This record gives sequence, C-alpha cells and structure tokens, in this order.
Amino acid sequence: MIAPPKPDLVTVNVDGKEIAVPKGTNVIEAARLVGVDVPYYCYHPKLSVVGNCRMCLIEMGMPAVDPATKAPIMDPATGKQKINWIPRPQIGCATNAAPGLHIRTNTPQIKDCREGVMEFLLVNHPLDCPICDQAGECKLQEQSTAYGRGYSRYIEQKNVKPKRTQLGPRVTLDDERCILCSRCIRFCKEVARDDVLGFVDRGSYSTLTCYPGKALANNYSLNTVDICPVGALTSTDFRFKMRVWFLKQTDSIDTESSAGAHTIVWSREGVIYRITPRRNDGVNDTWMADSGRELYKAVRAGDRLAAPRVDGAVATVDAGLRTAADVLKAAPGAVAIVGSGRSSVEEQFVTRKLAEALQAPVSLVSRIGQGDGLLVSADRNPNVRGALVTGLIQALPGPQLTALAAAIDAGRVKAVVSVGEDLIAAGLTPAQLAKVAVVYVGTHENATSTGAKVVLPSLTVFEKSGTFVNQQFRLQRFLKCVPGPAGATDDLALLSRLVAAVGGAPVPGELHALWALLAAEVAGLAPVTFARLPDTGLLLDPTPFAGLPFAEGAGLHYQPAAAVAATA
Amino acid sequence: MNLKPETLRQIDEVITHYPVKRSATLPLLHLIQEDIGYIPAEAVEWVAAKLELQPINVYEVVTFYPMFRQKPIGRRHIKVCRTLSCALMGGYKTCAAFEKEFDTHRGEISPDGEVTIEFVECLASCGTAPVVMIDDDLHEKVDGARAKELSDEIKRQAVGRNKAASSG
Repeated sequence: MIAPPKPDLVTVNVDGKEIAVPKGTNVIEAARLVGVDVPYYCYHPKLSVVGNCRMCLIEMGMPAVDPATKAPIMDPATGKQKINWIPRPQIGCATNAAPGLHIRTNTPQIKDCREGVMEFLLVNHPLDCPICDQAGECKLQEQSTAYGRGYSRYIEQKNVKPKRTQLGPRVTLDDERCILCSRCIRFCKEVARDDVLGFVDRGSYSTLTCYPGKALANNYSLNTVDICPVGALTSTDFRFKMRVWFLKQTDSIDTESSAGAHTIVWSREGVIYRITPRRNDGVNDTWMADSGRELYKAVRAGDRLAAPRVDGAVATVDAGLRTAADVLKAAPGAVAIVGSGRSSVEEQFVTRKLAEALQAPVSLVSRIGQGDGLLVSADRNPNVRGALVTGLIQALPGPQLTALAAAIDAGRVKAVVSVGEDLIAAGLTPAQLAKVAVVYVGTHENATSTGAKVVLPSLTVFEKSGTFVNQQFRLQRFLKCVPGPAGATDDLALLSRLVAAVGGAPVPGELHALWALLAAEVAGLAPVTFARLPDTGLLLDPTPFAGLPFAEGAGLHYQPAAAVAATA
Repeated sequence: MNLKPETLRQIDEVITHYPVKRSATLPLLHLIQEDIGYIPAEAVEWVAAKLELQPINVYEVVTFYPMFRQKPIGRRHIKVCRTLSCALMGGYKTCAAFEKEFDTHRGEISPDGEVTIEFVECLASCGTAPVVMIDDDLHEKVDGARAKELSDEIKRQAVGRNKAASSG
C-alpha cells in the first residue's frame, strides 16, 4: 500500500515525473529533486526572489476542472485529467509548488526562450573567458554550452564599462561582465545588512556601483564574489592567481571562531589558493566571513617553525621528545599543561591523557572578542566545547592564566607544556616564563617558543585531519588539504609519543585508531566514528554543559542557551 | 541643503500620502529639483535620511531617470524635441540655431549662464513640429528664425534683469 502524502506535502509533476514536495517549494528546487536542471542566474536559495534574469522560464499548467461543477475534465486520449497549460512561459524561481502543478522544461518553446535569454545576456558580455577568473565555475559559460548559439549575431558595438573598479578592500568589479542579476545587492542588503551596492543608470547602461564615497568593506564582502554567477565580482586576493579547474577541493572548517563555518579549501600541489564557504543549512548557509578566508596565509608565513629545537639548537624530533620527557619527569608533580581551544577534539583528548600521565593541571587560553551576530562569534577559539566534551577542562577558561601565574610564582610549577599557545600573550610575564622549562608544541614562532626548552613544530589545521565542536555542539570534520612542511610533525603523533615517553598508557597517534578509544572513553562521543561522521556534522548532546556561561551571543543559526530557555 | 520652507512643508506633506516612506522618493526628488534646479549629492543623502533608506537606494532612482539632473543648469532650460515628427521638420536645425545664438553646446550652461539647451523626446505636439519648450512654455513651429526671436527675447529679459540688479 502506498502511504498517503503527508499533509504539508503537495504533488507536482516535473517533465512527467511526479514528486511530493512541501507546499510552496520553489519550482527550481522541486525540479532539482527529480534531477531536472532549471538554469538560473539571479535566483539564490538563501536570498529573496526577484526574477530579473529570466533564465528559468518554464511551461506551467494546472489540472483542468469544469468551471461550473469543479469536476475534473478528463482527457479521453490518455484517460487522465486534462492539463491546462498556460500558453506563455513563466519564471520558475517565482513559481511555488501548488497541488497538481505541472511543469515542462524540455519543450521547444522553453528551449527557444532560454536561447533567447542567453543571446540577450551575451549581447554586451565581453569575450573575456580566457583571462577571466570565473572561467570554469561560470554559470554563463556553462549555460552557453547548452543554450548558446556558438556564434554571435550582434554586429553593433558592445558597451564599454569600467573594467577594474575597487569596490572595497577585497573585491574588484568588472562591470562589463556583470549580467545585472542583483544577487550581490540583495546579499549586502539582506544578509550583510550593509546596503551599499546598487545599479545606476538604466537599460544597457545599467552599472553596478557602490554609493560614491562608500566602500564594500564589510567582513562578508567576499560572499558577493562567491554568489556572482559570472566573473564580474572577483576577489582581489585570488584574482589572476590560478585557474579553478586545477584546484583540489578539500572540506574544512573555519577556525576563526566557535561559529565553525563549513569551508572548502582550494589547493594545488601543496599550495592553498583560496577558501570559500561550503553550504550547510544548519550552520553557515552558504556564507562565511572574509576574515576566515585569510587564514590559509599562516601556512606559508615567514614565522612558521621549521625544525625541532632543544635549548635553541636544531635537533631531531626524537631528541626533542626525549629531552621533553626528561624535563617533564624531572619535575614530578610540578608540571602544568596549557591546552588549546584551537586544537582538534582528538588532540585535546590526547592532551588530557598527557595531563593524566603527568598528574598535571590543565588550563586553556581564552579568546573572547566581539561577536558580529552572524558567523564570527564572541569566542574566537574554534573548539572550547571540544575541550569540555573530551574532559580536558571542566569549566570555561578564565580570561588570563592567573592560576598558572600564581603557581609559578609560588614555585609549585617548574615545567609547562604549551600546545601552540603563546603564554606571554595569554597573561604570563616574561619573568614568570623564565622560571619554568617550556615544552612548546606548535606551528608558529612566538615569545613562548623562542625561550622554550624544547620546540616541536606541528601542523596547521590545513595540514591535518580532525574534528571541532562548534558553538551549537556540532561535531564537525576537517580534512587534510595540503602536506605539512618538512620538519613539522602531526600534533597527534607528537602528543601521543610524548604521552608514551613520560610513561603514560599508550594512546594511538593515528586518527581512526584513536577514535575507537575516544568513542569508548568519552561518553558524549560513544556513537561516533571519524569515517562515518556526516559532512554536515553531528549535533552532540549539550545538556551536560548547559549551566556554563558561554560567551557567544546570537548568531546565524545560533541562539545562546539562556535566550532559548527564556523563550521556551 | 538650502530648501525653501514651502518645499520642506510640501515634502513633509507628500510623505504622508504613501503607506511606506520609500514610495515618496520620486515626489521628494521632484520637489527638490523644482526648488534648487537640480539634485546635488547632498540631496541624495538628505532624502535617504528623511525616508529611512540607504543613500544608494535614492541614488539608483536619481540616475535611472534622465530628467533628474545632478548638475546645475542655466537660468532657463530650452528643451528641443527630436522625436520623429520634429526631427523630420528640422528639430536638429532649431537646436543648432539656439546653440549658435547662445554660443554654447547642448547639455552645457551657456557662457552667460542664461540657458541650457537639451534635446528631449516627444513633447506631444507633433502637428506643429518642430516644437521647443522653454521652462514650462511650449513654443510651436520653431524654425531658425523663430529660434532667433525666442533667443532675443531671452537676452532682452536678461539685460533688463541685470540692469535692475545693478541699479537696485
């Protein structure tokens, strides 16, 4: 027996295929569900519908009923209810699913329509593809192959418009390529809430402009580049650097804050060229902040640690680990560990194992800033909740390492393990730091690493795999995009070897093996394996931590627990 | 923004005619242009603030309509029709005659600051082509000779005004 459709579902017919979709679903989305591609430029699933590109024209019809009796009119030829087709094409993006709605996208009329729209869009579009950054991911280019005529009937002069307007610090505009879809204008108005873009003049002279004297400078400006269907808006950083089809895409997570936007990292031959958002309707929709796109520059920064050091002299990893173990074992009961909210869940778990082996207290460095209400949250550590879930810490970190500072002053701490954290920046004085032997596991040079007894270079988030827990308690996976530099070792391997060197129970230094242990030992992670974690992340149970005063305010798809409790 | 009190009163009144303030953008721009002759950049921002919009929203409207001017024009605005009937009957010659009389080019302010000459589209008096509108007055069958007469009239008035200004 066929189950009746749920009450909020309506059945629509797309090119003869029936599908049940929620009432009001956009026809473009409904067609996508049955594998029918409706081409479009101006439509965007996360923006308002304006219908100004006219590319998504479809034929639309409704089942015929007798006007007087409302009885269905049957078609004797097929024995089915007759469909009254509207003779003129309709735009798909502004058509919503209604019961019995019929759509045709493959008729000669529709093909004609699309070809006509394409020809008009191309009338003033420059033949820039060979030098255009959008080539390879350009909707106009893709749809020209399906609906273009291959040659131009246009013999008049094309419009000349500004070719390289700096709209803001990060976005460059080529007005000739613009097809006036207005996605960027709607994004700035509706999502970024910084309404500075608009069309001036009219007809074929219409030009996308920023209001004179203003700049597209908000921290979300590069999303306009992502949603531009053509090469009009380009990233000043990425412009002319690399053809997109050479780039490898790797799923990653934005580490700039606990919002944890899903990202794609684009790399070639071990070099990262850009970071773009990855759609996740539960976290970041299709957006991310500009600040998060800059983070890849740390990978090849000049202050990257290149080799292990013992007492300032270059050493091997083995020697470094040996010395570190000696230092830590020489101060029994007087070791402190500074973990990191930037470490992955796995690293935090192994850091906890290290702390247990050394009977050492753990502190975490807090990074509280201003949230922007969207995708940069107040907590600039991506993974404080991971430290809570894995049991590395029990309470939220305080603003400064005051307890550690007091312990050093009192002589109770003689050695400190820092996982990538600069202890001076976190509140210790140079005098306090000088009193202790520091084992530093991290990626970049800083005041702590320069004075450390042992320095063990490790990997950035782009060079290793792992998971973070974002502000929603969503466990999210990031994958290795590029190999790490020579001289750097995976954090997990370093930490697990350190655990073994100081005499702790062995912990796997490899991700998949470690997850078996994680699932067994950490209550919240019992059902999870790294390999089977969904791409969209997995929401963990936040109730054990419900009482903690988290710093985040409301953001995109996030309400602080207090606000949720107040409305419930 | 140096608007007359009467204009400000009209602006406040016209805003109440619409269910949303944004709808008053066009009438406000018209009132401002009637008052000070053009829409300066500060007026765009003033209107935006008045209607709780962003300046770009108003700027889009100002640039969309060719009849909104963003630069000052001469004391009088000579609009010469160039749509088909007038074009056939010598509208272009009429325009050239005016340009010669005032030693200027269309779209510019004449050196004496007296006029700005522009082509416009149909003034809806095709039977009496070519037609010219000087400010709000329609002049029919304006050939070269008539253009000269009209120009002389404008110059005469200008001289009279200058005399009055210098003596008063």
